[in-house]
Amino acid sequence: MAALLELSSVSKSFAGLKAVQDVSFSVPEGSIVALIGPNGAGKTTCFNLVAGVYRPDAGEVRLGGARIDGWRSDQICRAGVGRTFQLVKPFAGLTVMENVIVGALNATAGVREARQKAGEVIEQLGLGPKLDHMASSLTLPERKRLEVARALATGPKILLLDEVMAGLRPTEMDHMVAVLRELNARLGLTILLIEHVMRAVMALSAQVIVLHHGEVIASGPPAQVTRDPAVLECYLGEEAV
Amino acid sequence: MREILLGGVPRRGLVLLSILLALLVALPIVVNDYLITVLILILYFAYVGQAWNLMMGFAGQLSLGHALYVGLGAYAAAALYVHYGVSPWIGLGASIAISAAAGAIIGFLAFRFGVSGVYFAILTIAFAEFARIGFDHWSWVGGSAGFFLPVANYTRSDLWNLRGSPTMFYYLMLAMTVAAFVLCHLLLRARVGYYWLAIRESPEAAQALGINIFRYKMYAVVLSAAMTSLGGVVFAFYYNNLFPEQVFHISRSIELILGPIIGGIGTLFGPIVGAFVLTALAESLGEIMHAFGIDIPGIKQVFYGVCLLVVVMFLPDGIWPPLSKALGLDGKRIQGGDKPGKSDTGGGG
Repeated sequence: MAALLELSSVSKSFAGLKAVQDVSFSVPEGSIVALIGPNGAGKTTCFNLVAGVYRPDAGEVRLGGARIDGWRSDQICRAGVGRTFQLVKPFAGLTVMENVIVGALNATAGVREARQKAGEVIEQLGLGPKLDHMASSLTLPERKRLEVARALATGPKILLLDEVMAGLRPTEMDHMVAVLRELNARLGLTILLIEHVMRAVMALSAQVIVLHHGEVIASGPPAQVTRDPAVLECYLGEEAV
Repeated sequence: MREILLGGVPRRGLVLLSILLALLVALPIVVNDYLITVLILILYFAYVGQAWNLMMGFAGQLSLGHALYVGLGAYAAAALYVHYGVSPWIGLGASIAISAAAGAIIGFLAFRFGVSGVYFAILTIAFAEFARIGFDHWSWVGGSAGFFLPVANYTRSDLWNLRGSPTMFYYLMLAMTVAAFVLCHLLLRARVGYYWLAIRESPEAAQALGINIFRYKMYAVVLSAAMTSLGGVVFAFYYNNLFPEQVFHISRSIELILGPIIGGIGTLFGPIVGAFVLTALAESLGEIMHAFGIDIPGIKQVFYGVCLLVVVMFLPDGIWPPLSKALGLDGKRIQGGDKPGKSDTGGGG
């Protein structure tokens, strides 16, 4: 499979702190890849480098072969990258429908078409009953689903999901996993997710990339990666290995 | 067309709106000249309040210097009329162009270099002050001694040159207020409206959803400036005199934004309700004081302050949101939860 998203030797420092260092990996088209690692490993920074929030100090980011590093985040979204925020950022003063319409306008010709598309996405994520509710009135799990709905409505080629499972109850998580699987299977949507919940990682991803101190320390199928001594060490400490 | 104009408006709202409009059209037949001048003032504040609301209430960009656009619009059309005999209907083209350009410069400087929130507001004040000082020293338009339009007694109203009775200005202001309302209503239901609200609520999330926030913030500033300048044109031809110390003064900018704040920022009816409440109450207060032979300078400003205080304390979203709920016009938005929306509109960031 061809790589849809490709990072080659990407680095980013903040005032001397090397947040991401010489990171290279690729996400094949149509796959689900998980990015894991302990807190502060550089996962969200990686996302922000891909989504255009930060410009890499060095290295290249390619989407479908074309370089996108240095682009603004709205340009990167229009190029086909949808993203959610770890700390959800709903448009609090708008309804669920209006939130998702804003996303859908990215991929549609006008408001009428966007409304229709938004309605479909909202149903898909089980937010139908909340259609006319203000986003400010949603619970955290609902806000997480709204984040995914909004990003999905932009019509992305690849979806970057930043800890969308955190704070969900097991049944809610199963629902989210099922939704993401279906999107991947039915639409061929490529997904790159940051996740701490290993249950979800195991259930979803064919490939796992492990970051530690801003560097890739392991990658491969989930079962293999979770047995890797380097991975165990960074999560559990040297003594545990 | 019908659906574009009326979509999403509750039927009861349409009926009430039609009655209100009919009433406003018929009003000059029954009321005296004094009340007409009060109504002109109300409509003027409703109009410029709506223009300001587009920028702050929709796109979340706080301007405290909107007197700049009023003044530029007023001076441009007045100068063309006085010096070259150009009709204000043609002169308003210059007013719009100059104000839009001023808005574009301010917007570009702010948004290109990431100036936002209160710092953006300070920038807008600075430009209004530049204009005030500049016009004070510009003799072509009278400098600090003021700029005057020729006044004569007209036997009939001359709409082409905007010379005539208060009734003519009343209908002109009414038409402009209605037009501004319809325009804002349409904009809110279009792509640009959704994008503005998204930028107001969260610029980062908006940008991540593919919105070029620089461009859409520029649209808001330029459009708001252009609309406000038309208010300035009417202001100039209605009052017939312009003084930089008055027109561009920051108190004018503040006065202009009180209506939408009290009526409800970000709502379509807020600026209208706010202008009505503030002006009507302030004027009747003045009348009552006058009747009792009391004359206290600055009482109007004190009254504005008290109004603002009351609204901030008891109606933090303004008068319109609870009023529309009471009238059953608030549509089907469900607030739920413990915290109402508009959580971050006040900051203007």
